[in-house]
Amino acid sequence: MNAAVIRFPGSNCDDDALHVLGRVVGVPAKFAWHKDASLGDATLVVIPGGFSYGDYLRAGAMAAHSPIMAAVKAFAERGGPVLAICNGFQIACEAGLLPGVLTRNASLRFVCRDVHLVVEGRPTPFTSGIPAGRILRMPVAHAEGRYVHPDLPSLEASGQIIFRYVDASGSHSDLGANPNGSSANIAGICNAAGNVVGLMPHPERAAEPILSPVGLADGRSLFESARAHLDGVQRRVG
Amino acid sequence: MREPAITVELAKEHGLSSEEFDKIHDILGRAPTYTELGIFSVMWSEHCSYKSSRVHLGGLPTSGPRVIQGPGENAGVIDIGDGQAIVFKMESHNHPSFIEPFQGAATGVGGILRDVFTMGARPIAVLDSLRFGRPDHPKTRHLLTGVVAGIAGYGNAFGVPTVGGEIAFDESYDGNILVNAMAVGLCRADKIFLGKAAGVGNPVLYFGAKTGRDGIHGATMASAEFDESSEKKRPTVQVGDPFTEKLLLEACLELMGSDCLVGIQDMGAAGLTSSSVEMAARAGNGIELELGAVPRRETGMTGYELMLSESQERMLAVVTAGREQEALDIFAKWDLDAAVIGRVTDTGRVVIKDQGQVLADMPAGPLAEGLRYQRPFRRPANLEARWALDLDTLPQPDLTTSLSALVGSPNIASREWVFRQYDHMVRVGTVLRPGAADAAVVRILDGAADPAEAKGVAMATDCNSRFCWLDPYEGARLAVAECYRNLSTVGAEPLATTDCLNFGSPEQPEEGMWQLVEAIRGLGDACRTLATPIVSGNVSLYNETDGRSIKPTPTVGMVGLLPRAADAVGQAFPADVTLALLGPLGGDDPARDLGGSEYLATVHRLVTGRPPELNLAREAATGAACRELVRSHLVVAAHDCSEGGLAVAVTEGCISGEHLIGAEIDLDLGGRRPDIVLFGEAPSRIVIALPAAKIAAARAVAQRHGAAFTVIGRTGGHSLRIQAGTVTLVDAPIAELAYAHRTSLAKLLGEA
Repeated sequence: MNAAVIRFPGSNCDDDALHVLGRVVGVPAKFAWHKDASLGDATLVVIPGGFSYGDYLRAGAMAAHSPIMAAVKAFAERGGPVLAICNGFQIACEAGLLPGVLTRNASLRFVCRDVHLVVEGRPTPFTSGIPAGRILRMPVAHAEGRYVHPDLPSLEASGQIIFRYVDASGSHSDLGANPNGSSANIAGICNAAGNVVGLMPHPERAAEPILSPVGLADGRSLFESARAHLDGVQRRVG
Repeated sequence: MREPAITVELAKEHGLSSEEFDKIHDILGRAPTYTELGIFSVMWSEHCSYKSSRVHLGGLPTSGPRVIQGPGENAGVIDIGDGQAIVFKMESHNHPSFIEPFQGAATGVGGILRDVFTMGARPIAVLDSLRFGRPDHPKTRHLLTGVVAGIAGYGNAFGVPTVGGEIAFDESYDGNILVNAMAVGLCRADKIFLGKAAGVGNPVLYFGAKTGRDGIHGATMASAEFDESSEKKRPTVQVGDPFTEKLLLEACLELMGSDCLVGIQDMGAAGLTSSSVEMAARAGNGIELELGAVPRRETGMTGYELMLSESQERMLAVVTAGREQEALDIFAKWDLDAAVIGRVTDTGRVVIKDQGQVLADMPAGPLAEGLRYQRPFRRPANLEARWALDLDTLPQPDLTTSLSALVGSPNIASREWVFRQYDHMVRVGTVLRPGAADAAVVRILDGAADPAEAKGVAMATDCNSRFCWLDPYEGARLAVAECYRNLSTVGAEPLATTDCLNFGSPEQPEEGMWQLVEAIRGLGDACRTLATPIVSGNVSLYNETDGRSIKPTPTVGMVGLLPRAADAVGQAFPADVTLALLGPLGGDDPARDLGGSEYLATVHRLVTGRPPELNLAREAATGAACRELVRSHLVVAAHDCSEGGLAVAVTEGCISGEHLIGAEIDLDLGGRRPDIVLFGEAPSRIVIALPAAKIAAARAVAQRHGAAFTVIGRTGGHSLRIQAGTVTLVDAPIAELAYAHRTSLAKLLGEA
């Protein structure tokens, strides 16, 4: 398997995603430049965080129309697994790869801190190895992460809500658990086919114990799950 | 446009004195043109020329086995082994941030980042040292929220983690806040780029953002006092664009990866003027610019405006003749404007042409060399009066109430409200996050065989301006000592220093100038003794409004090295561990432990006394002992005693972790007043947490380094109780202290 990390001029988590794929999880990975129209032989695509084209207009709105995104769309339509993290999630929504939209945080401020997520919804390449109900800890760092969708019940019914903000004990009720005021505490979703997953938290920042105040590496399980999926094996990773 | 007549009045409007105007005549052998007058005025401004401070800065220690590049370039460079180097510098953006806090702070971060990547380094961390006026001053909230948002807006988008720094409040900053930003970058030790226009005939390239009329005379503004008309100076504040800065970074690093780059410098203060003049002067060459080719975003700009614009995100580079296209291709890849705008000459003169017409023709050397003033200074007659502190008349209030007031005081309270707005984790390097320790630690992934075993760089900034106001020499030494200690608490070897000297007017012999001279002497002595040479820095003078000067603030930034980043410990105490004090219980003169303390200021509303006495040998011993204890895994947490003293250090250790934990402390007062022991700010002291089984081994390490080691208690329970034998000094539920500490800043800003 080969991973492509999409590189927009203002991506700034591109090196981080490449590092985790290549040196932590052991998946061969390379960058795909925004001006290119091909993903080469990639079997996995990561759209990393950052500020794609400065994002002065609306996060991800311009990136959605870049040459490489046409290739990503074709890849996703063929069922290829796509992980869209933070700004990547914003871009995927703007590009129509994922439903809904990400708006300004309720606080109107950038927020950077660890959050807890509960894994739920339908199986996806990035979560099929993680037992449902598992609580993961990883950081968020964004100003526009408040997820909005016009028809939440249908999104829920189709199992497309993949991650929700919870407190450390798994409760949805704690107001402090949701860092941005996202609808229904949504932290991450997938498309109808399940192969494109977007989330605001940063699994690549939570893939090594040395970076965690509590020595966890929960983010790693998303990448491990994708590797197992592409290897065609069922493997519990979380 | 018709240019104005060149008169001494016009020179004065440019901030030049009549003597300086005469000197320009002497250098040129004729009257300057309008463009030349503008160029001289910015190059000879205090901000660019260091004319008042330079003769004193010469006494600072700037060399050492680790130093690759000392002061004089865009930033300092030190060797961290394995062929790698750290590039770092701190710089002020005080005046613009007061006029327009968001853009002022944002462009301050942008400027210091450019200084670092201009040298060939990718920025790996930013720290910010901020000073604001009284928390209840009507402007403070607006200024603080704007500055924090500006730092966040720029650093987060650029993609550099903002990992640390400090914030303090004092009424002397009511009309003149301080925004000091420090950037740290990593490069190959053999791939460092300098701002030299070498190689006669080589082309000079402009690249980055287009030039507009923003920031004209920014450097001159930064060299003047404020008054009620300062608000009108808003148009001289530049506007930042972190996206373009990111493109500039990537383009620079790509250009540096080719071998066609000869020299490079960012266009910071005084824009195209200072970059071209300084690059020519450093190489002993001349430079000829044709302004017609400069990319611009406004029409009708004159040569004067083009030369003095401080539009952000622009660079000047000299490349090998014949290889212009290689460079231009890289800039095109990153969608940056770029043009060949001149050539290196052998004349030693800076010649500026616009459409062939010569606007300026000046010798580069005297322009860059600037002026050197021996300004008069003398010790203030009333200094001893500031030191008067009569302990006999100082009441002893309830100590638990005092501790609660201290942990919630604006200068000590949690900075979480601030650092949550900074992306402090991007680049997957941050091993110790803001608020988790006295210093930030970022691992170095490049070249690490195993990412979990990577080495780490530790960073801290510090300055206590109350100490500096009471005694600038001792205050500056204490700032260096605290940075040194901060790095030692996480286990890092302090390597080198940067400084940002914020003072009032150097034309005031007793305040501004004497304070500056004394602080530089103190910095020099401390850095010399602790072997942490000063490799870069910045001087910001005229920090005063309506004749009221700030307290002297020589901010110190320090960088240290950990062979293994994973060895670093934070300040959070776990449950059921022993607490010990490394270093003395107090200073040799107990009264001085309270001098300038947060306790005196918060509880007694007094800013008085002599600052604590600093014994540098003792500081080095405490630091060395702590570093060895951390690296040999004998301690699980370490936190230095600073503002608020021992009691606040213990409290912070108890409330910094995932879970609050109480502690039982028993102190031998040794005949001292309990408030001095609890809240005195004697330096050279670190509280360490360790398993009981390791006490003997830890004591042996401390003794070997000559550092005192005293077991003071144990963590556990839900209360912080401090006893002196049978007398209870402090008894408070730890949750109450934690609440005061966590919520204070947000409340102050009306957000909780």
